[in-house]
Amino acid sequence: MDLIFNIGQEGRKLSLLPGCDVETVSISDGLRRNNPPKLPQLSENEISRHYTKLAERTHGVNNGFYPLGSCTMKYNPKVNEETASLEGFAGIHPLQKESTVQGCLEVTHKISQYLCEITGMDSFTMQPAAGAHGEFTGLLLIKAYHVDRGDMNRKKIIVPDSAHGTNPASAAMCGFDIVSIPSSDDGCVDIEALREAVGYDTAGLMLTNPNTLGIFDKNITEITKIVHEAGGLCYYDGANLNAVMGIVRPGDMGFDCVHVNIHKTFSTPHGGGGPGSGPVGCKALLAPYLPGTQVSLDENRDCHYTASEKSTGAVKQFHGNFLVNVRALTYLLTLGREGIPEASSNAVLNANYMRVKLADTFDIAYPGTCMHEFVMSLENFKKETGCSALDVAKGLLDYGMHPPTMYFPLIVHEALMIEPTETEPKEVLDRCIEALKEIHAKAHEDPEHLKGAPHNTVIGRPDEVTAARNPILCFSREV
Amino acid sequence: MAKLFSKSHEWVEMTDETTAVIGLTDYAQKELGGLVFVNLPEEGDDITAGETFADVESVKAVSDVISPVTGVVSEVNEELLDAPESINEAPYEAWFVKVSDITEKEELLTEEEYDAFVAAL
Repeated sequence: MDLIFNIGQEGRKLSLLPGCDVETVSISDGLRRNNPPKLPQLSENEISRHYTKLAERTHGVNNGFYPLGSCTMKYNPKVNEETASLEGFAGIHPLQKESTVQGCLEVTHKISQYLCEITGMDSFTMQPAAGAHGEFTGLLLIKAYHVDRGDMNRKKIIVPDSAHGTNPASAAMCGFDIVSIPSSDDGCVDIEALREAVGYDTAGLMLTNPNTLGIFDKNITEITKIVHEAGGLCYYDGANLNAVMGIVRPGDMGFDCVHVNIHKTFSTPHGGGGPGSGPVGCKALLAPYLPGTQVSLDENRDCHYTASEKSTGAVKQFHGNFLVNVRALTYLLTLGREGIPEASSNAVLNANYMRVKLADTFDIAYPGTCMHEFVMSLENFKKETGCSALDVAKGLLDYGMHPPTMYFPLIVHEALMIEPTETEPKEVLDRCIEALKEIHAKAHEDPEHLKGAPHNTVIGRPDEVTAARNPILCFSREV
Repeated sequence: MAKLFSKSHEWVEMTDETTAVIGLTDYAQKELGGLVFVNLPEEGDDITAGETFADVESVKAVSDVISPVTGVVSEVNEELLDAPESINEAPYEAWFVKVSDITEKEELLTEEEYDAFVAAL
């Protein structure tokens, strides 16, 4: 389809933009550009049709079942948007006097407190922009802690082989060496391998629990104890918090530091580059190193920004991605103390329902009760039919459903990871189960048909290699 | 010399007693899918049998490439950097590195043994 720059005509305009309501000032000639910017000039209906066409070419959580789950985006209640667009939140300037934005500071303070309660931490910073940024920030705290104690040899971060790729990447960015430890047969941390890996040079361990296979590590308190006894700290990657929020707390599992992807777990829209929000929480021993400013209350319950002397320094603007936090607070307040654990319970129930129903057709990578997601291996299916996990994922699009996560975690071959989330009713889960079984059966009869899927979508199979190798990200009139 | 193969899916062609050419097998490139990026060592780097010496990124994932020999990198195929797709197109021509001063080798399979190994995977 045409880019927006290639449609419309010189002189076309619309009345959607507000008139200028401030005094105009003139800029000196030397600073003025010689030619007007080459902005598209379109009428209102041209714009409307353009964006409708774009929307038709995508598939999101508003179009149908989206079993990528909270890992990417769960359903975002519209009330979150209403709150975030309130004038008092959307119409302020970050550098207004503190006394004029007390409500906004209260939002930051309140969500920090709720996150402390949910994760079992003592303090939170709302600055980090998203998950990996949170990981980096948390590792900075761990580094600062060891250095501050004069414990200069702690240069290694232990990461299990089932970890999110961002974990070792963040640790490397932070200047640590990475030690990868294998998973045991049940998909959990190999305790003996961990015992052998820890030592005087262990800075910490990074772990997701439930892990990337959707399994809650039953040895978790033993794991954190082993790391602590070696003098290291434990970092909790909150990517899978959706399975346990309000039910079990990382702080009680023995973790010293966590990040929470509130743009996933607490239902704020993101994707396409953001904005996300990846606040980092820590136990009191790491609090002095938190980045930049935190909001604290004085004796009159007025909110102020305060900073610690030992702070590792700001990692983003002091207010973080504020409106994302407003949405998450709305979500937390809407669900409340009872609703939050109920959401997690439903997420786990939905995943287990699908897992059990699919187990007669597909190989479940790690049998047994899962948490909010489970992994199937299509290795045998591929041998039988020649069709891959990718083909099955593409096939789902013809049923009006988004593909699940593919080829992750890496330790499962031909992996499909299904995370239905808490908001899907039983009939939607049943339709997806039927669809997957039908795809499975048809692939045995006519594999070539599945290899060409999707057949009913506006876009078939994009050329992923060219998209990754030679993406055209800037408009040029010559193209 | 005939090509030999590692169980981690690299091929090795010994050019004489202590020099060799290394690449990725056809099975590996098929499993990885369309390659979009290759990270290669530099000339003069020491590489060790059984350890990572390069990595490849496909549309699915990033994977390590394990060296089947211990030696010194004497030449790097820089053409791969601009054309990683050549590994998909002709895996047995798209060599990664040439290695000299080889002192050790992994346990390597013949073509027949490797085909049988892959068929059993």
